[in-house]
Amino acid sequence: MTNENEMKDPVLPLGRPTIGSAGNTGTWRSSKPVFIEEKCIKCYECWLNCPEGTIRVDADEEYPYVDYVYCKGCGICVHVCPKEALEMKPE
Amino acid sequence: MSIKIPQLLNRPDVLLRGNFACAGCGLSIAYRTTISALENPIVVIPACCASVIQSLHPNVTYNVPTLNIAFAAHASAASGISRGKKRRGEKVTTVVWTGDGGTYDIGVSTWSGAAERNEDILHCCYDNGFYSNTGAQRSGATPRGAVTTTTPTGKTEKRKSITRIMMAHDIPYIATASVGYPRDLYTKVKKAAQIEGYRFILIDAPCPTGWNSDPAITRELGRLAVQTGYFPLFEVENGKLTFSRRSERVRDPERRKPLEEYLSKQGRFKQMTSEAIKALSKDLQREWDLLARFE
Repeated sequence: MTNENEMKDPVLPLGRPTIGSAGNTGTWRSSKPVFIEEKCIKCYECWLNCPEGTIRVDADEEYPYVDYVYCKGCGICVHVCPKEALEMKPE
Repeated sequence: MSIKIPQLLNRPDVLLRGNFACAGCGLSIAYRTTISALENPIVVIPACCASVIQSLHPNVTYNVPTLNIAFAAHASAASGISRGKKRRGEKVTTVVWTGDGGTYDIGVSTWSGAAERNEDILHCCYDNGFYSNTGAQRSGATPRGAVTTTTPTGKTEKRKSITRIMMAHDIPYIATASVGYPRDLYTKVKKAAQIEGYRFILIDAPCPTGWNSDPAITRELGRLAVQTGYFPLFEVENGKLTFSRRSERVRDPERRKPLEEYLSKQGRFKQMTSEAIKALSKDLQREWDLLARFE
């Protein structure tokens, strides 16, 4: 992130990979996806189709979860879920 | 070859969360799927939405080496990177990641030169059919009838066929893919990564903001584009064209879903009359017929 050395170097406009480079984008959303774990079959379609990468899977065979700090609430995960294991709830 | 999810699960996180992309962005899905399939990618990005979503200095949302360059210089910069790395004996995949503006219109001279020299570059074009980062102006990729800020009553010309222009360069690999089918896209990128020379992948990336559609149906729009025959999926290897399975299925116009189903889900086609839709589907059929000649 913004360590001092980088800011002092005016020659190369180098950036560093940062999570949340646009701030807490979770504040953009008006409704949020909520998991219903009983219905989830771990097909990970939501993870595959999430544009933001806010649906996280820690390891194979584990339930996915949503990173609400950055989730923009587009609703793609709800739309692609074959088992309706996700639903949109207003904030 | 079909890709299973467990194979994908340990792919690198190339696009970090919390970026400037709109909700439901098709480009993000395309970028994540494409770049994570490559080993040691170096990405060259001209001015396009991809250069906007990476956010402001000194933070970058891309987790791979990325070079930002002027619009009409992407493939030239990539040529230099590719040759320099080769001379130093480093194995990298040089990727040009452009929007349709940088491929169809402004960047033609640069990629045409690189393709003619057959540089070792993977050129990916995510196609949303207009200049999205400057506010939805018409581009060469905009289909007939679509409303943009510079064509408020709908575009009157047909969409340019970039794949046929690419074919004229006799490059070793050309493919089209869609964010509606991420596994298909992943497979095609993996295949392209094995080939040396100038490779081109055109990715249909729905844009909810510019197309005036619901962000939640980004994947569905990608799929409908294929199922209605609007966006044929195919691969061209050394001049020989093969339609992908999903497009082979809808080769017969009678087996396609009605085009209206795809158009009605997007605000940009709202004003289209039935004659205009007929003209559009005529354009599409003509494109199919021309592509079929290369089989």
